[in-house]
Amino acid sequence: MLTGFFFHFGRYTLLLKSMWKRPENGAIYWQETMRQMVSLGVGSLVIVFIISVFMGAVTTVQTAYQLVSGFIPRSIIGSIVSDSSILELAPTITSLVLAGKIGSNMASEIGTMRVTEQIDALEIMGVNAPGYLLMPRIVSALIMVPLLIMLSTALCIGGGILAGHLSGIIESSVFIDGARSTFKAFNVGFAMSKAITYGFMISSISCYQGYYTEGGALEVGKSSTKAVVFSCILILLSDYVLAQLIL
Amino acid sequence: MIRLQDVRKTFGQQEVLKGISSTFHPGKVNMIIGASGSGKSVLMKAMVGLHPITSGHIFYGDTDLANINETDRLSLRRKIGMLFQNSALFDSMTVEENVLFPLNMFTQESKSQKLERVNFCLERVGLINTNKKFPSEISGGMKKRVGIARAIVLNPAFLFVDEPNSGLDPLTSILIDELIKEITEEYQMTTLVNTHDMNSVMEIGDHIVYIYKGEKCWEGDKNAILTTDNEILNNFVFATNFLKDFKQRRN
Repeated sequence: MLTGFFFHFGRYTLLLKSMWKRPENGAIYWQETMRQMVSLGVGSLVIVFIISVFMGAVTTVQTAYQLVSGFIPRSIIGSIVSDSSILELAPTITSLVLAGKIGSNMASEIGTMRVTEQIDALEIMGVNAPGYLLMPRIVSALIMVPLLIMLSTALCIGGGILAGHLSGIIESSVFIDGARSTFKAFNVGFAMSKAITYGFMISSISCYQGYYTEGGALEVGKSSTKAVVFSCILILLSDYVLAQLIL
Repeated sequence: MIRLQDVRKTFGQQEVLKGISSTFHPGKVNMIIGASGSGKSVLMKAMVGLHPITSGHIFYGDTDLANINETDRLSLRRKIGMLFQNSALFDSMTVEENVLFPLNMFTQESKSQKLERVNFCLERVGLINTNKKFPSEISGGMKKRVGIARAIVLNPAFLFVDEPNSGLDPLTSILIDELIKEITEEYQMTTLVNTHDMNSVMEIGDHIVYIYKGEKCWEGDKNAILTTDNEILNNFVFATNFLKDFKQRRN
């Protein structure tokens, strides 16, 4: 098992290293990066919107349910929901969902290119295949995942306000006062550092799994599953490590 | 010209290529034939640099593929065109974008010049009004033609074709074979075709190398293949009942 870990880690590192070569034509790489950003960013908006609003709403209702004491001000719900949205819910849960959506997409797309010899065709043309296939995907994930997580944070808090208002648990103004009272800009920075880490992990691990697919359709499916599983495990592991190191 | 000198390739303990030597000349359709699993695909992938060889030499002109630096390797690869068995067209691109891709990557020509070249190549392989179609919208034979157009768009000196007739009907196979023969002679390319289709061999083969269990078993032209005494090659060539009958009549 240890040998397997070092084998994959070494091959993953070498693949990332081979990406760093001068692009054959920068304009083509730029176009591909833009295409990936649209696919990854715009394509994930609906799922991010749905999960974020519901995460915020459920957190508000459950926090209110647990705060039974009359001595605790209702505004604390706003503090708890906003802080947990910024620190944990939006970055981590959204990234786990994105690992499922983007990760499987990247691994299966590149895996299919591998088994149908499209990557061989690129190499024979003299194109640096890791650079052309991985670089645009990783760069677009590094940009779009933090943006999606910022959006998710806002929607999560918005969902909390909406649920509190509609169910009569807490007035919007009280919720916002609570959220503002404990807001720290540092927490946003911490969330963004998580987002960048997760974006890199999801994209690079998924590309790695896809790039080294061998076989046919069955193996493409397996690579896709592995990409999601490993991305999720590493997101949770790095979540703990980052919290321990930075907070 | 491509020259192989004692090319060997092993995967783990298994030796797949066992010291193959041969020379392939420009303007000729050189065919590598052999049964499935004989090592001909590995040989072709080794020749284009996708599989590094274990020992021996592959010379492109005077350049030894095993002893060149990365920059020279990339520049050599730009002189190579390849048609893959399943065409290997980029699914996310249209026919036009597929053929345009190498031009976009490696040339600084204007957009109109590139499109002119793309249209020329597509017309050369007999494809018109397919520019905006995706690979999933065209037939297997048309995919092969697009693959050939993409392979020749940069005017390569070397053309590799892997199983050009697999999955094609006999009529389309003949058209693809004729196309390979025509462009080889027209552009004086060194063409290597990997096949086990004897119809193709007899139609277009100028120089034939027969691979058996990783070894070069026979080499010659298409006339010699019908009269050779090589028992292993005869078993391969006259495998069908129709050809067995031909062989009996010949004898």
